[in-house]
Amino acid sequence: MDAFDWKHLSRHGGLVAFAALLLINILITPNFLQLQTLFVNISQVATIAIVAVGMTLVIATAGIDLSVGAVMAVAGAIAPLIFLSDFAQANPSLGLFLAIVVPVLVSVVCGLFNGALVAFLGVQPIIATLIFFISGRGIAQVLTNGNLQTFTHPGFSYLGTGKILGLPFQGWLVLVIAIVVWWMANRTMFGRRILAVGGNENAARLTGTPVRRVKLGVYAISAGLSGIAGLIVVAINSASDAARIGNLMELDAIAAAVVGGTLLMGGKAPIFGAILGAVIIQLVKYTLLANGVADEVALIAKAAIIVLAVYVQQGRKE
Amino acid sequence: MQPLLKMQGIHKSFAGVAALTSAELEIAPGEVHAVIGQNGAGKSTLIKILTGVYRKDSGEVAFDGRPLHVQSPREAQDNGISTIYQELSLVPLRSVTENVIMGYEPRTALGLIDWTSAHARTREILAGFGINIDVTQALGSYSTAIQQLTAIARAVSLNARLVIMDEPTSSLDDREVETLFGVVRGLKARGVSVIYISHFLDELFQICDRATIMRDGQTVAVREIADTTKLGLIADMLGRDPEEIAAAGMTELGGGQRETGEVLLEATNLHTDRMLRDVSVTVHKGEIVGLGGLLGSGRTEAARAIFAMDRLRGGTVSTHLHPEGFSNPAEAIRGGVGFLTEDRKAEGIVPDMSVRENLTLALLPRLVRRGTIDRVREEEIVKKFVDALGIKLASIEQPIRELSGGNQQKVLLARWLALEPDLLILDEPTRGVDVGAKFEIQSIIQEYVEKGVGVLLISSEFEELVEGADRIVVLQDGVSVTELQNPGITEQALIGAIAQSHERATA
Ligand SMILES: Nc1ncnc2c1ncn2[C@@H]1O[C@H](COP(=O)(O)OP(=O)(O)OP(=O)(O)O)[C@@H](O)[C@H]1O
Ligand SMILES: [Mg+2]
Repeated sequence: MDAFDWKHLSRHGGLVAFAALLLINILITPNFLQLQTLFVNISQVATIAIVAVGMTLVIATAGIDLSVGAVMAVAGAIAPLIFLSDFAQANPSLGLFLAIVVPVLVSVVCGLFNGALVAFLGVQPIIATLIFFISGRGIAQVLTNGNLQTFTHPGFSYLGTGKILGLPFQGWLVLVIAIVVWWMANRTMFGRRILAVGGNENAARLTGTPVRRVKLGVYAISAGLSGIAGLIVVAINSASDAARIGNLMELDAIAAAVVGGTLLMGGKAPIFGAILGAVIIQLVKYTLLANGVADEVALIAKAAIIVLAVYVQQGRKE
Repeated sequence: MQPLLKMQGIHKSFAGVAALTSAELEIAPGEVHAVIGQNGAGKSTLIKILTGVYRKDSGEVAFDGRPLHVQSPREAQDNGISTIYQELSLVPLRSVTENVIMGYEPRTALGLIDWTSAHARTREILAGFGINIDVTQALGSYSTAIQQLTAIARAVSLNARLVIMDEPTSSLDDREVETLFGVVRGLKARGVSVIYISHFLDELFQICDRATIMRDGQTVAVREIADTTKLGLIADMLGRDPEEIAAAGMTELGGGQRETGEVLLEATNLHTDRMLRDVSVTVHKGEIVGLGGLLGSGRTEAARAIFAMDRLRGGTVSTHLHPEGFSNPAEAIRGGVGFLTEDRKAEGIVPDMSVRENLTLALLPRLVRRGTIDRVREEEIVKKFVDALGIKLASIEQPIRELSGGNQQKVLLARWLALEPDLLILDEPTRGVDVGAKFEIQSIIQEYVEKGVGVLLISSEFEELVEGADRIVVLQDGVSVTELQNPGITEQALIGAIAQSHERATA
């Protein structure tokens, strides 16, 4: 195959894969072309997509965030504690507000912790975020005494089950987040600086880029978005299980980012690419599930997708 | 005699833009052959096609009489073609030994790498270049020049029949250039051919037999060095009349003829963990102050200390606006200081970013309007500098890594000029730019100096320093030892001052 085709493929590989998946499903998956299927997929892809957007920013600085799943668990554990408290029962709207804002803020603090390790102590990102990857879920389980918390709270559940114009609320949320982050990455100084730090950290520093603050920022954003994703998972299930929320999410998010065209060496932040990547990962999962293939096999399929995406990236040669 | 290498009718386009159109190159066995041309003429591209980095669109390559089809640099290497690329392609975090023997490690009986003999062999190879360093240390801990010589040592140590050097001397000082010439002559004596790409035309007359001249992607002439002159080569490169060029004059920054103003920068008794022990230097408004000295004398380190990249252990830096000095580069930039680094690849360009984004990186804070970057103004500024500096590119949205070396250098210079700084620290500002562009860059610097900018100039080219600087502060082993005043400085005087201070230190 000559160079031109490779370039083409690496640029549009995601769309080609997406089209292929749709086609396969239309042919083999029963009841694929139904509104219900669309809703299920949108509501499930939303969490991957939201986390993948944050992951894309982190990877753009040549970092990586393994703690996203653990952060989701922490946020997901805190929220019910708040809205089920006596205080929230007495002040329902304030309670709901706090049940959303506090977990996200706590998540951001977790992200600042990651960022501080990376930016100020010079810990390698993979190690720095591994710390919270391990301890975060533990913290979430301690918070909930390891119990499954179930609840009925229509206000909070709206995050996971609400609809606007007939489409799931979280689908709209993804769209808003993607647009805002895309705008930030492409139009603001902070966004430009993220790419500079990932592209050549020395050059960035020499041109006056506050490298540490930029890194702190991307880990905080990644964690904040993970927190939001954690709330959505809890809202969908009307239950919070600290042991399971966001389990293996780091893999899905990294896969989505890479499939979307993010280079692990940093310097690129294709936000909508990451969304497309998330959709592809979700569709693969759904395809296998709907056709009765075991979960374990789905994991292998995901791994194969990552390998393929990286291979296509490598194939870019003049 | 049958040529060792014959490249004919080579065409290459990048995304539809032609970089080479029917380029030719013919190298005889045991010949030292120069390839020259302006920035962006296609020299590096031609080499990269030969070594399998790029694939040609069409054309013939014959090596040793047989058609050559290499797909990768490794294959070229195995065919006896060794290359030192313009951009260093070594691994700074690995040891010197690993870098020299990478891919060709000596093995023990068990198939493991035999480190003892690897280190010994590396030491031996480098000693041949007059370098005696600890080869177990990370390569990145040594200066650019040592890294450059290491790359050359690596290429030469492999059993090559053709050694290609793409601007090998751009980061070397005179003494090291002599060492390199010794190596080139040694190769020639062994019957190895050398392709030598350089913008220093004087060098060609010392070591080359013939020169291929390229212009706009084409081979326009092949000359016997003995039958031509520097002016003749320049005329070939530019496609202009020799008389016309001679009339225009070929230099300079015009040191020693300027009225200088108030003090802009005063650095006293600088002391850092990196080399500096006691350096003092003052720069006035509208003045060019040169830093002279051998490699490793602390010139770059002095610049880094002033720009607050390295922490001061002693001494003070003060500028007219900031008597307290700076605590990081961002502050220095806000304080009106710009610093063009010598290491374009490691500290200068952000390779995947566009020319536009690279050019405005330091300027960003001033381009922000209501939270967003003012793209209209950004593009205006970029276009202005692309025109003013004659930067050759397909579009300002092109990734900077696709530009030729000299054009990348111009973008980086523009990055700092766009800031309209009071003080510019220029570390090898004309490294890798062609003769024409060098003159342009020097006159642009001159223009800014006339407007009152102060310049601290570091250059391995004595000519640039001697003719450009109003004063030269001579450094040696991290200490500023003496100062020369223009007019009146000659190359001889500068070399004398450097040597003298050296004797004083060793005595
Ligand atoms: N990978 C690439 N993609 C697109 N254009 C390229 C690429 N590499 C080189 N070019 C273009 O090809 C032309 C020739 O570049 P080349 O690097 O060969 O010049 P050069 O003669 O080596 O110049 P210099 O003296 O500045 O090193 C330039 O216009 C450059 O922008
Ligand atoms: Mg070149």
